[in-house]
Amino acid sequence: MKHLIIGSGPAGVIAAETLRKADPAAEITLLCGEGEPPYARMAIPYLLKGEIEEAGTHIRKDADHYDRLRIQLVQARAKGIDTARHTVDLGGGRHLPFDRLLIATGSHPSLEKIPGMDLPGVHSCWTLEDARTILAQARPGTRIVQMGAGFVGCIIMEGLLSRGVDLTILVRSGYMVRRMMNPTASGLIRKWCEAKGVKVLTHTQPRGISAKEGALQVDLGEGRTLPADLYLSVVGVDPNLGFLEGSGIEVGHGILVDAAMQTSVPGIYAAGDVAEATDCLTGQRRINAIQPNAVEQGRIAALNMAGKPAQFRGSFVFNVLTTLGLVSSSFGEWQGVPGGESTEVLDESHYRYLSLQFDGDRLVGANCVGFADHVGAFRGLIEGRVRLGVWKQRLLEDPTRIMQAYLAAAHRVA
Amino acid sequence: MQKSLHIDPNKCTGCLQCEMACAWENHRSFTIAKSRIKVFTFHKEGRFVPYTCTQCDEAWCMTACPVDAIRLDPVTGAKIVLEPTCVGCKVCTIACPFGTINYVASTGKVQKCDLCDGEPACAKACPTGAITYVDADWTGLGKMRQWAGKTDTNPATV
Amino acid sequence: MAWTKNVLRVNLEAGTCTTEPLNMQWAQDYLGQRGLATKYLVSEIDPKVDPFSPKNKLIFVTGPLTGTMAATGGRYSVVTKGPLTGAIACSNSGGYFGAELKFAGWDMVIFEGASPKPVYLLINDGKAELVDASHLWGKTVWETEETIKAQHQDPQIRVAAIGRAGENRVLYAAIVNDLHRAAGRSGVGAVMGSKNLKAVAVRGTRTDAYQMANPEAFFAATEAGKKVLAANGVTGQGLPTYGTQVLMNVINELGALPTRNHRDVQFEGAHDISGEAMHEKRPTDGKANLVTNGACFGCTIACGRISRMDPGHFSVKDKPQYHGASGGVEYEAAWALGAANGVNDLEALTYANFLCNEDGFDPITFGATVGAAMELYEMGVLTEKEVGFKLPFGSTEAMVKLAELTAKGEGFGKIMGLGSKRLCTKYGHPELSMTVKSQEFPAYDGRALQGMGLAYATNNRGACHLRGYMVSPEVLGIPVKMEPQATEGKPAMLKAFQDLTAVVDSAGICLFTTFAWGLSDIQPQIQAACEGDWSEERLLLVGERIWNMEREFNLAAGFTAKDDNLPPRLMKEPAKTGPQKGAVSKLDVMLPEYYRVRGWTPDGVPTAETRKRLGV
Repeated sequence: MKHLIIGSGPAGVIAAETLRKADPAAEITLLCGEGEPPYARMAIPYLLKGEIEEAGTHIRKDADHYDRLRIQLVQARAKGIDTARHTVDLGGGRHLPFDRLLIATGSHPSLEKIPGMDLPGVHSCWTLEDARTILAQARPGTRIVQMGAGFVGCIIMEGLLSRGVDLTILVRSGYMVRRMMNPTASGLIRKWCEAKGVKVLTHTQPRGISAKEGALQVDLGEGRTLPADLYLSVVGVDPNLGFLEGSGIEVGHGILVDAAMQTSVPGIYAAGDVAEATDCLTGQRRINAIQPNAVEQGRIAALNMAGKPAQFRGSFVFNVLTTLGLVSSSFGEWQGVPGGESTEVLDESHYRYLSLQFDGDRLVGANCVGFADHVGAFRGLIEGRVRLGVWKQRLLEDPTRIMQAYLAAAHRVA
Repeated sequence: MQKSLHIDPNKCTGCLQCEMACAWENHRSFTIAKSRIKVFTFHKEGRFVPYTCTQCDEAWCMTACPVDAIRLDPVTGAKIVLEPTCVGCKVCTIACPFGTINYVASTGKVQKCDLCDGEPACAKACPTGAITYVDADWTGLGKMRQWAGKTDTNPATV
Repeated sequence: MAWTKNVLRVNLEAGTCTTEPLNMQWAQDYLGQRGLATKYLVSEIDPKVDPFSPKNKLIFVTGPLTGTMAATGGRYSVVTKGPLTGAIACSNSGGYFGAELKFAGWDMVIFEGASPKPVYLLINDGKAELVDASHLWGKTVWETEETIKAQHQDPQIRVAAIGRAGENRVLYAAIVNDLHRAAGRSGVGAVMGSKNLKAVAVRGTRTDAYQMANPEAFFAATEAGKKVLAANGVTGQGLPTYGTQVLMNVINELGALPTRNHRDVQFEGAHDISGEAMHEKRPTDGKANLVTNGACFGCTIACGRISRMDPGHFSVKDKPQYHGASGGVEYEAAWALGAANGVNDLEALTYANFLCNEDGFDPITFGATVGAAMELYEMGVLTEKEVGFKLPFGSTEAMVKLAELTAKGEGFGKIMGLGSKRLCTKYGHPELSMTVKSQEFPAYDGRALQGMGLAYATNNRGACHLRGYMVSPEVLGIPVKMEPQATEGKPAMLKAFQDLTAVVDSAGICLFTTFAWGLSDIQPQIQAACEGDWSEERLLLVGERIWNMEREFNLAAGFTAKDDNLPPRLMKEPAKTGPQKGAVSKLDVMLPEYYRVRGWTPDGVPTAETRKRLGV
């Protein structure tokens, strides 16, 4: 059996390892598209901070890890898939055959469509190569204009500031990390950033970028311009689907998969940030681009590829973010659900915030700022659909008793 | 036979000797904020509940770690954080549905119970036998480990 | 080492928090906690200052063993000039607060001045700030702790707060931490209230706050100490099972249980309010009053009582907020709320005790004051009209009602808040106040136990059982058995106890360890934790130095040998029943001898030689 995996992020690597365990005799090939060993984008912020070397971003540390597991790494990008012939086109006349295929190609930065995005000094911050470029160019005093304050935009700030740069953040909407955080939490993060010396301009969208006297000029419209040495575009990402054209594999926002992580084409699977699977809270399909979800989907897909039926139980969105040292996290339906109840507590001067969302006596969502202790229990409560009973009312009165509620309701210890 | 921490909240008095022992073992300080075992107080129920990692088979933290910083100790079965490798991204802290792996701001790393190489300091320090280190089969831990896989649990009544 | 060497000085008037290094010479001379903070206090305030003046200071202080794995290493003290007595006040508490203060990096917090508006101090490691407490003023201790934790979203914050008793300057208001542990006596909470300081909230996460001088020796010493506690009948079994309430039946049978304002020395209802009774299932709901035992920080004894009331009891029938578990009655509280006024209803005692914790007032002084008021009522001096209800001995309803009124300062509760000395004086019978230096006796009759009588009379903070616990030799035979009525050797024994207690109170550990521990068990723990050479001889000298320092403060405040006395009832009215029947206090025999062994003049003043020897 030939197993081919396109994409060497966490979903791809876990899938390859799971396949090896489940199918000791199989041939396993892992396509790496960036000319790098498998690495974790999650680690890039720490590379920017100078806390780790490049090797610290690698998903597996032992040099012979893939050889030992007989996982063949191939540095190439997939250009297309021939689902009838069961081959993947690598370009230049190269084709790789497969019996089972996993698409774990992840996503790429979606760049704003304005003039000047091709100028030198305009970059994204997504790949190791991007990180190298930024590390080479960001020096004390470097003026950086960053477009975007989503998850990536926030998590890289500390690395940038640690290099002594002058940082201005442009935010199209009124709120930072608006896909993760409610306006109160978002406002707290903004206040924190500003207190740390970052300029944050909301409701701001550049019209274009030009080069002038060795520097960039960012046109903000209405006659306003910002000079910059470096322009970082971190406005979001899109799944890597381009090479699927003509393959017959059904796509929505991402590749549509069933509970076995199989696509519309039998024998072809998808996992991770490129896959659109069921959200266990809403029942709708969605892309859930978070690390724990990627590895779980990779594992489930691999088991099915190896002929060992496994079902993806569905996932929900949760994430943890550190913005210049301020930890925040977001779980599930943090915006609340129709007919649900909520509670929140804010300590603005100490940058702490907690908001809980309930549906009946179940927790369905949360936003936390300023603390990280035991936050995994939020996942446990939400994913386990734990009925809180009397603790629901207690949490409405004092949401900070969440761990007591979890222990009592989920573990029945009190 | 592998051993597990067995916790009996009925015997706990809330003295926090376990937390100090843990903090000392790992930080050379008695500051309980740094302990990997935590005693939760249910004041109105008059109950103290020590709580830490059960070294679950799913090892959510280990699989979620993007940089291979959590490894299995084959002798004790503990999932162990390799501090030099951990980058502090905290993905494991939200992946663990038990909330038992935590970020330590002062070190910039996460930490969790590692069973002290098979001699848990908390169990040694516990004066009442509320925390013991016993053969895994005796603990009924399976129930707790499977919990994360459950869909619906009944409403809590206490 | 073992000290953080940092003092936080909070000027409430200016609203400033400043750090200063701990005076390490004083630390070497006074160890920590009680001794060290008293040294700071006596060096900084005028002994004649009005306790409620902004010029009085209020010190929260830990000891070198606070926040360590030494068994019971969680104590802190509050030191100030007390409003009930006008003497030095030093109230000791357990719970978790003290250790947290240490983990935040502070040996001591000194409050000076008074805040123009209600505030609380918020300490987060090295960061300390005064926060507006307008929204907390008028709230109970329990509400305050809950609000502060929720507001800052940190259930791990430890809070020491005053309730309405402290705000209303009830002269025996307590400072309550962790909901039901209290720096209970002498009115330290009222001083806090006078400073408009509602609470101290602390979160400590530093791993570098202090070091152990010799970790290996420390673990050897503390582990040995824990073994001794576990093997001892009192600390290993009696206290965990029954709490201090183990004493109720014992002391009653010995005829040393003061009853109905010390009219009697035995209480017919003693069993009903005893530790044993707390274990018994109630006929009403089939549940026991006691839910479990609870420990303070680091304590391997765990004498604390966690009780749940009968929800059908008249006092809480329609008050669900009291239906959950909370701190149950300790021996002294059970005695004061019960025997001292003839009430034998354990549930009512538990409720009153909840109120004492919830609103921060001392159950000993409160209960004893109820007893005094009941005697005045039975004499016809106090009338139903004046009180608002009938107040005979044994009235559960009246005791409960007074507990509800006192903290709030409502009705007759306003007068109750003055304590028995001022109450009895107001009604023309100061002799009926069962006090020394205006502070009420605890639960041992000073006639029945001659040594305890001497201990009360000579106590620097007024009557109390925690400065020289002669019950140990006179009842429990620790370290040697002394007959209750004997006087010989007791002054010397008391001096030894007082000095040793001063050491224990200055170390950061609990006095209850001394049921099992001698100085030889304690000394190695201090030695291993602290820099310097801490021999047993030196420690006892430290204890004696502390005792004399407190004495000097009181003398300077205006106290004299005349105040080392007992009420006429104990001197003249013989015990009516039991093994000590006929006994009166022989204080006049013991006191001169006590002064002599202390190295004091016949007027109770430390001689020049004593002063020189101790370096006071």
